[in-house]
Amino acid sequence: MSVIIIAELSEKKIKKQSLEAISYGVAIANQLGTDAIALVMGESDEILSSIGKYGLKKVIHQKQIGTMLSDNKLATKFIAEICNQYQAAAVVFSNSLLGKAVAPRLSVKLRAGLVTGAVKLPDTTNGFNVRKSVFSGKAFADVNIKTPIKIISLNANAFEIIQQSEAPAELIESSIEIGTSTLNIIETKKNEGSVSLADADRVVSGGRGLKGPENWGMIEELAQALGAATACSRPVADSNWRPHHEHVGQTGVAISPNLYIAVGISGAIQHLAGVNRSKTIVVINSDPEAPFFKAADYGIVGDAFQVMPKIIEAVKNLG
Amino acid sequence: MKILVCISRTPDTTAKISFIDQNQKFNPDGVQWIINPYDEWYALVRAIELKEKDPSTIIHLINIGNNENEAIIRKALALGGDEAIRIESNSDDPFFIAQQIASVAKDGYDLVLTGKETIDHNGSAIGGMIAELLDFNYISLATKLDIENGSAVVGREADGGEEKIIAPFPLVISCQKGMAEARIPNMRGIMAARTKPLKVMDAVQSESFTSINGFDLPPAKAGVKLIPADTPELLVKLLREEAKAI
Repeated sequence: MSVIIIAELSEKKIKKQSLEAISYGVAIANQLGTDAIALVMGESDEILSSIGKYGLKKVIHQKQIGTMLSDNKLATKFIAEICNQYQAAAVVFSNSLLGKAVAPRLSVKLRAGLVTGAVKLPDTTNGFNVRKSVFSGKAFADVNIKTPIKIISLNANAFEIIQQSEAPAELIESSIEIGTSTLNIIETKKNEGSVSLADADRVVSGGRGLKGPENWGMIEELAQALGAATACSRPVADSNWRPHHEHVGQTGVAISPNLYIAVGISGAIQHLAGVNRSKTIVVINSDPEAPFFKAADYGIVGDAFQVMPKIIEAVKNLG
Repeated sequence: MKILVCISRTPDTTAKISFIDQNQKFNPDGVQWIINPYDEWYALVRAIELKEKDPSTIIHLINIGNNENEAIIRKALALGGDEAIRIESNSDDPFFIAQQIASVAKDGYDLVLTGKETIDHNGSAIGGMIAELLDFNYISLATKLDIENGSAVVGREADGGEEKIIAPFPLVISCQKGMAEARIPNMRGIMAARTKPLKVMDAVQSESFTSINGFDLPPAKAGVKLIPADTPELLVKLLREEAKAI
């Protein structure tokens, strides 16, 4: 038996969200009294055996991936083969684009119950119960998985990365034949901006209170100083002040960073639904009645144009 | 082109979320029910736009639920579906629901559209499950869909960017923002919807892989700590020393 964790790469490095999934999978392996194995797909320039320090026994590395990461049918077939070979009792994904594309297919293929968006370790005192986020972050549901194999996708920033020891994992190079795709990928485009919103640990976001796209300099400057991604509210994206992929909220991207700073955003319920899983929320707004203050941890009632330069300066002075 | 659009009934985006029966059940008191926005704004409206381009397109709607769901099904028909199927069941297991949809989708549909997730369960699971059950391709989180030369041309969100894919039919696609713009049904649509066929079917036999034990609300926030506007640098200090967020 084993717990298999799907570890994703970005720029040939293991993603932070995947390190969280690894730590989560290792903890489940401890609960089940079995070993944790990470599965890495694609070329990596990390010393993969070294991620054993998070508590992994083995790392399986499949270098030749073909178009598997864009074709979930091929990825599912491959992952299912690994799961069968290592007798997976549980499979852990990040609740990422890959997780959303592949985990449901794998659930059917392995006849394994799936919980997406888990926020906590399973409770195994009576069955196998996983707490997940529902109603767009406004509630939790406890879901019982009844099948012998369990599949879980973990929300970003829901589980801490834990280093266990310095012991390296056994590295297994896999070379399973990946079939050919009937999908034809004709174009791949990268968004501008240095930090991707979905993976971002910190996010600085602007709303209509900033009055126009020409005032986004301070949002970008603070984001840069914090190593944060930039985001915006729906009216801002709809007015084409900012690109649509920056829109966070119910109908845009849902995020759960460690720090979310909202500048000039009133905090409509649909906006909150996309950001309320953030760990620390800061709201800067000139309107003391802005509903966002009720959901915030820290707030400044004031004019962003006066306040932001001082905050940027203070962040830069942190060193 | 025969399209099956999956529509789910969810509480309105502004609904107050609370639970009854020792947190076993969602409290429907005073809740307005709507078509899941991702299913309506993106999947259904895009299907209607494709039909406007090619009038030979057939759009069928499918919903899993009881007869309380018929109001939102009629609204979807008023927007532009041709016929609807409701499968009688109150299951909340994604595998069970996907089985029901697959049992209909296998009969000659070229394209199955879902929203990227429902706003109540946030599962994002049904589309991929239907595809695996029928051995179809599945494109998740699509932002664009056109039909050219008998194939689907699909834009979708990829890691840090976008991908453009040409895919053969049959195909399952989950739809999100970018796909289409929300519409309001017009009077002609509402009148026509009254007489459009709405077929009710029994659920097919299926296993359930999961069940919901109960719900819980997140602990209330401690309340906002306000920092005077003339000392905003204090915020940075608190974020570092108290919240440990930077």
